[in-house]
Parts: sequence; C-alpha cells; structure tokens
Amino acid sequence: MLLLIIFVLTSVAYVVGRSRAATLRKNGEQLHSLPRYYGYMTAICTAVPALLLLALWSASEPTFLKHSTVKTLPAEVQSLPQGQLDLVLNDIKNIATGGITQTADDPVREASANHYNDRKNTSQLLKSFFVLVASVLGALYGLRKIGVQTRARIFVERAMMTVLIACSCIAIFTTVGIVLSVLFESLRFFNKVPFTEFAFGLHWSPQTSIRADQVGSSGSFGAVPIFAGTLLISAIAMLVAVPFGLMSAIYLAEYASSNVRAWAKPLLEILAGIPTVVYGFFAALTVAPLVRDIFEGVGFEDVASESALAAGLVMGIMIIPFVSSLSDDVITAVPQAMRDGSLGLGATKSETIKRVVIPAALPGIVGAILLAVSRAIGETMIVVMAAGLAANLTINPLEAVTTVTVQIVTLLTGDQAFDSPKTLVAFALGLMLFVTTLILNVIALVVVRKYREQYE
Amino acid sequence: MNEEVNPLPSLEQDQTSEQTIEEIVASLGDTVGQPRVDDPKMSVSNVDVFYGKKQAIFGVDLDIANNEVVSMIGPSGCGKSTLLRCLNRMNDTIPICRVSGELTLDGEDIYSKDTDPVLLRARVGMVFQKPNPFPKSIYENVAYGPRLHGLNRNKADLDDIVVNSLKKAGIYNEVKNRLDESGTSLSGGQQQRLCIARTIACSPEVILMDEPCSALDPIATAKIEELIDELRENYAIAIVTHSMQQAARVSQRTAYFHLGKLVEVGDTDTIFTNPRHELTENYITGRFG
Amino acid sequence: MNAQEELNTTEVVRGSLKRRYAREKRFRLFGLAAITASLTFLAVLLITITARGLPAFKQTFIQLEVTLDSKTLGVGENPDTNELRRANYNGAIKKSLTTLFPDVKKRKDKKALYKLVSKGGQYDLQKRVMADPSLVGETLKVWLPVGDDTNSYIQGNIDSSLPEKKRRFKDNQILWVDQLTEDKQIQRRFNSTFFERGDSREPEMAGIKGSLFGSMLTLMVTLLLSFPVAVATAIYLEEFAPKNRWTDLIEVNINNLAAVPSIVFGLLGLAIFINFFNLPRSAPIVGGLVLSLMTLPTIIISARAALKSVPPSIRDAALGVGASKLQVVFHHVLPLAMPGILTGTIIGMAQALGETAPLLMIGMVAFIVDVPTSLTDPATVLPVQIYQWADLPEKGFVEKTSAAIMVLLAFLIVMNAAAVYLRRKFERKW
Ligand SMILES: Nc1ncnc2c1ncn2[C@@H]1O[C@H](COP(=O)(O)OP(=O)(O)OP(=O)(O)O)[C@@H](O)[C@H]1O
Ligand SMILES: [Mg+2]
Repeated sequence: MLLLIIFVLTSVAYVVGRSRAATLRKNGEQLHSLPRYYGYMTAICTAVPALLLLALWSASEPTFLKHSTVKTLPAEVQSLPQGQLDLVLNDIKNIATGGITQTADDPVREASANHYNDRKNTSQLLKSFFVLVASVLGALYGLRKIGVQTRARIFVERAMMTVLIACSCIAIFTTVGIVLSVLFESLRFFNKVPFTEFAFGLHWSPQTSIRADQVGSSGSFGAVPIFAGTLLISAIAMLVAVPFGLMSAIYLAEYASSNVRAWAKPLLEILAGIPTVVYGFFAALTVAPLVRDIFEGVGFEDVASESALAAGLVMGIMIIPFVSSLSDDVITAVPQAMRDGSLGLGATKSETIKRVVIPAALPGIVGAILLAVSRAIGETMIVVMAAGLAANLTINPLEAVTTVTVQIVTLLTGDQAFDSPKTLVAFALGLMLFVTTLILNVIALVVVRKYREQYE
Repeated sequence: MNEEVNPLPSLEQDQTSEQTIEEIVASLGDTVGQPRVDDPKMSVSNVDVFYGKKQAIFGVDLDIANNEVVSMIGPSGCGKSTLLRCLNRMNDTIPICRVSGELTLDGEDIYSKDTDPVLLRARVGMVFQKPNPFPKSIYENVAYGPRLHGLNRNKADLDDIVVNSLKKAGIYNEVKNRLDESGTSLSGGQQQRLCIARTIACSPEVILMDEPCSALDPIATAKIEELIDELRENYAIAIVTHSMQQAARVSQRTAYFHLGKLVEVGDTDTIFTNPRHELTENYITGRFG
Repeated sequence: MNAQEELNTTEVVRGSLKRRYAREKRFRLFGLAAITASLTFLAVLLITITARGLPAFKQTFIQLEVTLDSKTLGVGENPDTNELRRANYNGAIKKSLTTLFPDVKKRKDKKALYKLVSKGGQYDLQKRVMADPSLVGETLKVWLPVGDDTNSYIQGNIDSSLPEKKRRFKDNQILWVDQLTEDKQIQRRFNSTFFERGDSREPEMAGIKGSLFGSMLTLMVTLLLSFPVAVATAIYLEEFAPKNRWTDLIEVNINNLAAVPSIVFGLLGLAIFINFFNLPRSAPIVGGLVLSLMTLPTIIISARAALKSVPPSIRDAALGVGASKLQVVFHHVLPLAMPGILTGTIIGMAQALGETAPLLMIGMVAFIVDVPTSLTDPATVLPVQIYQWADLPEKGFVEKTSAAIMVLLAFLIVMNAAAVYLRRKFERKW
C-alpha cells in the first residue's frame, strides 16, 4: 500500500519534472539535458529517500517491538532462556494476530498482545507518515533544482553508477555475510567446547546434549570421524569422476567426430543439470541396495545398507560431467602446434595425448580436479539421503559413515534451541566446510587462470 | 617455352573475375622445367589434394633427391604447406583433407595400405613455421622421439643421441649447461634449432621445413640457414620459404607454385637468373606475392 | 655409418609398431567406454525413475453407493456449514462397504474391508456435500480413491502367491477387490489429485500443488532479486570498472561464490535472514533471498560473457555520435547482449529450481498441507518435497517421489530447452 503510494508519487514527480523542464525549454532557456532527465531526477529525489527510510524502519521495527513487549512481561518470564522466551513471544504474536495458540488464555499474555498490537499500530502510522513526508520533501527538492544550472543527465548518471557499484558489492557482502554468520556462531561454540576437542576428538555424539536433564554434561564433539567420513566419500567420488571425466573429455576433444561431439556434450550436460536430490533418491533406493546385494553375494559380511561406497559412487557420477567439461576446455586450449610437433615426430595419437597434451594441460586439469573435490566435499543431498548418520571412524567403504554436510543438515533441521552446543557445532562444521572449499577454490582459480594466460 | 600462356592478372583480380580456380589453373599450362632427378629420395607424381570440395593442389610432379635442398616458393595460399604436409602424411590429421596421385619414399608408395604413417613420420621429419618445443626440459624435448620409437638401448645411448642431435643442430654449446631447463625458456631462434635437433634425434632420412625462419630475426635466420646447408650432407631436405634470398642461398633446386599448380621448377640459379614462365618472373622480381 | 643408422631406425620402429597400435586402440576404447558408461548411467537413472513414477500418474478408484442420511453423518435436519464440515463421512463410507459385503462380520475383517478405501475418500465426499447441501439424505454413486495397499495390488505390485503372512494385502481383501473388479466397480483414471492437492500423510491423497506453488513463489523472488542485481554487476564490471585491486577482489569473490557449497548459503540464510532479521522460517521470501544470492554468480558470469561478445565497434560507433557511456551501454550494448544474459538467467533459475540443501537450513522442510499464497506463508518446494517423500516407507510414496521427480525434470528440461533455443536463435557471428 505504502509502496503503491510512493510509486504513484514518483510517477507524478517524473511527469511534473519533465513538463517543467519542457516549459523552461520552450521559453528559450538553454537547458543542459533533455527534459526527460529532469523528470528522472525528480523521480529519484522522490523515491530514494522514502524507500531508504521505509527499509530502515521495517528492518528495525521487529526488534523494537520485541524489546518493548518483553518489558511488559513479568520478570520471571523475562529471565527465561532465549529459546523459551522466543516461544512465548511467538505465542503473543499469534494472539495478537488472532491466530490459534497452544496455551490456554493467559491474561498476562493477552495484555502483552494488546500492548504489542498497540505499539505495532502506532509504529505503522508513524512509519507511513514519515515515509510520505520524506517522499514529498524529496519531490519538492527535486523540482526546485530544475533550472539552467542543473545538469540533470549527470545527476541521473551518477545515481545509476551508484546503483551499479552497489550491486557489484553485493558479492562482497555475501562473502562477508557468510564469514560473519559462520564465524560468529563458531566462536560461541568454541567458547563452550575447546577447539582441540573439536579438531582432534575421535568421538562424535552431539545428540546427548539435547536432553535438558544433562545440562552440565554436553555431548562429545570430536569431529575427526566426520572429517574422515567426508574424505572417504569424496575420495570414492573422485576415483569415479576423475578417470571417467578425464577420459570422456579426452575422447570428446581428441577423437570424437564433430557429430558425436555435438550429441555427447549436451547429453553429458544433462547429467550435470539433474538436481542432486534426484541423485540422492536414486542412490538410496537403487544403488545402495544393489551395492549391498553385490558385495554380500561375493561374500562380504555386514555391508551397511547406507554404505559409503554407494553414496560415493553416485556422487562420482554426478561430478563426471563437471570434470569432463572443465578438462575439455583445458585440453582444447592446448595449441594445435604442440600436437603437430609430436605427430610429426612419428608419435601415435594416444602417445601425443599422454606425453604432450596432458602434461601441457596438467595445471588446468589439476585446477579442474580441485574444483571437483571442493564440489564433492560440499555436496549435500546425495549424502544426506544415501549415507548414514553413524559417525564411524573407518576406511572400509562398505560401512556407513557420515559427512560434514549430513551433520549440518541433521543438526539444524527440526526443533532447535539456538544456543545449545548441538546447533552451534553445525556452524563450526560449516566454517570448516567453507574454509576448506575456499582454499581449494582459490588455488584452483589461480592455477586455471595462470594456465589460461600461458596460452593467451 | 609456353608462348600461349596469357599474362595473368594480379591475384586480387583473380578473385573478382568470373573464372573458377579450375579454369585459371587449366590456363596455366604444363609445368615448365624438369621436375625429375636421377635418383629421387622422394617422388611426387600427379598429386591432387582436396580440402572437402575445394581443390588445393593440382596435378603436381616433383622429386626430392638425397643431399640436396629443394625450396618451394609462391604466393600465400598457393598450397606449399599443403604439399609439404602430404610428404609425411601430416594431412591425415585434417579430416576433410583428401590426397590422390602417387607419392613415394625410396620407391614405396607412402599412401599405400602397407605404409604406416607413424613409421613414415619417423623417417620424414618436419619442422614447423612457429617453433613449437614441448613444455618439457630441453633434454626431454630432444629425447622425445628416440624414447617414443625405442631407438636407444640404454640411458647412455639416449644421452649420446641427445648430445649429438643438439650438436648437429648447432645449439649444443648454447644449452649444454641448462639441459634441465624448459624448452620454452629459450629464445625463438634457439627454440627453432631445438625443434630441428628434436627432428634429427629420430634420425630421419628426409627433413621437411615449413617457413622455419619466418618467426625469427635475421641473425637467428642466418644461423638456421647455415645449419640447413650443413644438414644437406646427410639428409634430403625440402623447405618452404617466403624469402627469395633464402631460397637462393640454401637451395639447389627451386619449385614455384601458383594457386596449387607447380608452375616452374629447376636449378635455383637458373630460376632466379633466368625464369622461363612469366608468373615466376613476376613473382621473383617482386611484382606480386 | 649413416646408412646403417637409417636402416636401424626403420627396423626398430617397425618392430614396435604393433604394440604401439594396440595401445592406441586400447586408449581410444577407454575413452569411448568412459562416455558410454556415463551416458548409460544417465539412461538407467531416467528409465528407473520413469518406470517407478509413471504408475503414480494414474489412480485407482472404487465405486460405492453411499447413503448420506443425516443419522450416519451425525448432523441435524438443516445442517449449517460448520456441521457439514464436521459430519461423519467416514461412517457413511464404512456403511456402504458393509452393505456391499454383508457377510463380513468379524471386527478384524471389517477393519481390513474399510482399508480398501483411502482415508482421503471422506474429504472428497465432504467437498461434494458442502458444495451441495441438498445431497444430505440422498444415496449417491461415487468414485472414491482406494487405499495405498489396494492400489499396489491393482498395479500388480503385490505377489499373491506369497504366503498371506508375508504380504500386507490379505486374502480376503484380494477376494473383495477381485469381485469388485469383475463388477466393474474398480477403475484406473488419471490422477488429478496429484496435481490438485498439497502434501498428505496418505500417499494416495498427497499432491505436489503446494510444493509447486512454493517453488514458483520462491523462484519469483529469486528472479526479481538476482536478475537486476546480476545485470547491474556485470555491466559495472565489464563496462565501467577500473582495473584495480577492488574490482579484482570482486571478481575473485564472484568466482569463488560460484563454487561455495550451497549448504553454506543455507547457513547464511539461517544466521542472517532468520535469526538476525527475524524473517519468518519456511517462507518463500527467505528461500528466494538465499537462492538469489546463490544464483547471482552464475548469472553474473554469463552476463559478462554476453557483454564481452558485443564487439567494441558498436560501442565506438555509438560513442562517436555523442552518446554518453551509460547511454551507449543501455541503448546499444545491453539489448544486443540480452539473449545471452537471458540464457544465463534461465540456466541459473533451473539451478535454483533444483536446489534443496540451503532450503532445508531455513526450515522449508516442514510438513505443510496448505498451498502457499503469499511470500511469507510457510511453504515447501518441489525438490524438498521429493526429499521428504523419499524418506517415507509407504510404497505409494516411492511412486509419488518418482512422479514428482518427473515433474521437476520436465520443468528443468523445458527451461534448458528454452535456453538452448535462445542461444541458437540469437547466436551471432560478428
Ligand atoms: N585445414 C584446411 N582446411 C581447408 N582448407 C585449407 C586448410 N589448410 C589450407 N587450406 C586451403 O588450401 C590452400 C593452400 O593452403 P596452404 O596452407 O597450403 O598455403 P601456403 O602456400 O602454405 O600459404 P602460406 O604461404 O600463407 O603459408 C589455401 O587456399 C587454403 O585456404
Ligand atoms: Mg604455409
């Protein structure tokens, strides 16, 4: 509603601004820019301050309301831990909006709800008022500025540039946001559980800590089994993805006729476009039982139904197209002169590929593989659906293992009290995940970039 | 003498004129001069080459003898590289390329079923226009061919081959202390000589060179020319060049191509002092090309 | 000496040729095998899922004669809407079943009999009666969906030769169903429920409408946020940015973000949007925010490539006639680059549509029956729905999961085909 009004005001401002400039021009004044730009200028002056104010207000309103509502609650409620307090507040909000609540009618909460509603209405009113005032003031300012001296086009272009620059900074904000969100919660976790226990502990059972009667005895947070499980599954995936991906790329780049290439490449890309949840479903429902049947048929015992092998295999297949398309790029970037030189000496095609093309492309291929590893480590759905929860410390691919991403998902879905070590450790795991993949990505990006520059 | 040959318009007009390439080529008449020698190492007879539908070489006859350098000259796009690449079947790597006619090495047809391109290329080495050392050490670059073909019995053998090849290519003194450095770290002229050494290391019988000096400065060029002259003692050499002076300096016989046709061939001295075909004369006196 | 050496070379090479060609052939075969294996896997995956999912597009119905007398329904003479909503339709269905098979007397058998009809059948009745209250007191012939096990049996997924104890579908049930089939009272029809309902605990009543709407709302937010921002970023980096540390940093950032695991974006969403800004959990708006951060790099990278492919001559020409740099970009360069940018955007959206992990983090994984109508309603999305159903043990849900995957893949195929079409159509050689 408010947005609509602002929009209307802005449109009006544009029209008025433009016609004013047009009149000036008709009167023979030498305007700097086309009238259109004066319209844009006025519109910007109208919309921008109002929208900024609106955004700020809306962002701070919930926090403000919360504090003011909490103050109306009895002291013993106020002193509740954060999680329960949030529940109470939610209840109050529900009462206020006329929704259904679990708790029977409670006069205290009713009162708070009334207070909440009261405050909210006032806030809404004030907000609308100030935003409209800002908008109108902006419009007036813009209109007054219309004149011979004002260079409206420059003003508009400056504003546009500001928008462009602001947008390109979002990438940076995102990274900063990621770092802050995982770092902050991780630090809180390491306050409760020492880093050494997390990084070197061999026992992982975060679940014990959720029981309220065990407040003192937090669970054990030795993450080594998780890291080991992640590595095991990623290793299996890479054992599948690298040979298959690389050989596919070599075949497509060096041997395949352009016809085959035109068909096979898009088909491989389909493999890359299939959502990972689909792979997960397939792994859990088809591949895992198959793996178990095969290995039990061969005589292995105790093959887990959620074996690391099944998850790793499917993950590897998912990564094949990734490896192959990156390596394909890299291999085709090797200059033809290298191949000619080798063929001219009497090498066969495969000898040329093995001894000249691949060594020449090696940095790029390594970069591609690093990116693939980072992908495997961060892959979530396949392992969530096909790998287990049991934190076994093993290198036997037929046993069930768990991974960093699986643990993050299990720890953070479902009910949560936000400051228990159980949820905080998920962020610590997230931090590890982010840092590892960041390092891998940056190395890979640098290597690949250097490689590209080498052959222009 | 070919009296009936029309004076040909310049290349530019060729393209705009109504005539097809085939018609122009037909109007060029037979090859002037003697393409045959007594004891040819390689011999090309009535060879046509097509890229897809487009014909790039028209019925060429040419011999290459031992201990001589044949240079091929002609305007850009006249098919010099194409013919040269036919001589060791490098054209096999281009799928749309088709070769007909007879090409022999020591009397054996090199396009017959029994001839193996790998073996052929070991016997007929090639040096390319742009130096293309592998991104490996100098030593490895030279050792590449022998290793591939298993020419050495042991490491000492290989060392011998590498040193000898580098010596023959006249670059040994410059690189003897840095055999472990990357081949790409050398200067352009050194790289090209390294590529020649690499070719020699396979102990070929014929060496083909496609504008080996076009990427080099005059001093490096002079060195390579000197080298070619020395190599003549042991190999049959064919060289494509755009520099008339170079052809005159290094070759014993010269072949002039035009639009895929061998127009004139003969002793280098005769061709440069007394060309018989009008096109040849135009070209070497610099009227086009 | 030289002649001897030459002979030597020829012979040595000739001797090794056979071995070398064998190796060549082997290597080539490996390559071919690698591609074939990957494509075979793709085929297997698609075929298994289609084979599993196809039956779910059909549903089995059973025809019953239901008497809707007010006594059975437990409503008064002139029931109001509220009464009608709470009426005992289940009782009516049960009664009609017992009239159909009057011999069934034992309690256990009766229970088995009732299981033939889906628990969702009563909602169908409820809907009909509420739409037309005059039906109370009438006797209707209605087609009601059958229960999960019955459905399995009719599809032939239950092996009746197994001993009775080992199967969920018992002998007497088989007898009844066979008789009903003979009387043409059982029919397979197109499963419209699947597209018209939200989630449910009963496989035969579960549909994807809720998650489809959730996906659409989420994608809408994603598109609205990521497209303009990505285009603005690409324009800035490609056309205006000076080459300095700061822009270098932005570039590295974008490239890195493109490779950050998606679940990390989920953590970001949870910590910042939900815990810090107090946005509602499970809401499409938060999902859209998170996914747009995630797809930004993809769109930016392809938009930059599209801008780069516009030849400088066009910029020079426009600058030459006195346009400002910004005008050049917006009036000339951007329109020419648009097809490329759109292609990248569609691919980014397809990625976002298939994304699951970050949405689990922000709570879009709850059991939600209602179809979301606004950006702040609790919702789930198609891939998450697939994830949830994949975990359920009922046979019917395996089918539903596969069918939902087929729907998801169909959307993805359409989107990618559109992208390919755009790319082909506007492919331009400058
Ligand atoms: N790979 C190829 N595919 C199609 N046509 C080709 C190919 N290589 C060469 N040609 C054509 O064959 C003709 C002869 O080319 P070639 O490279 O042999 O000329 P050239 O005499 O070596 O020229 P230059 O002196 O410029 O090197 C040219 O018209 C060229 O367009
Ligand atoms: Mg050439």
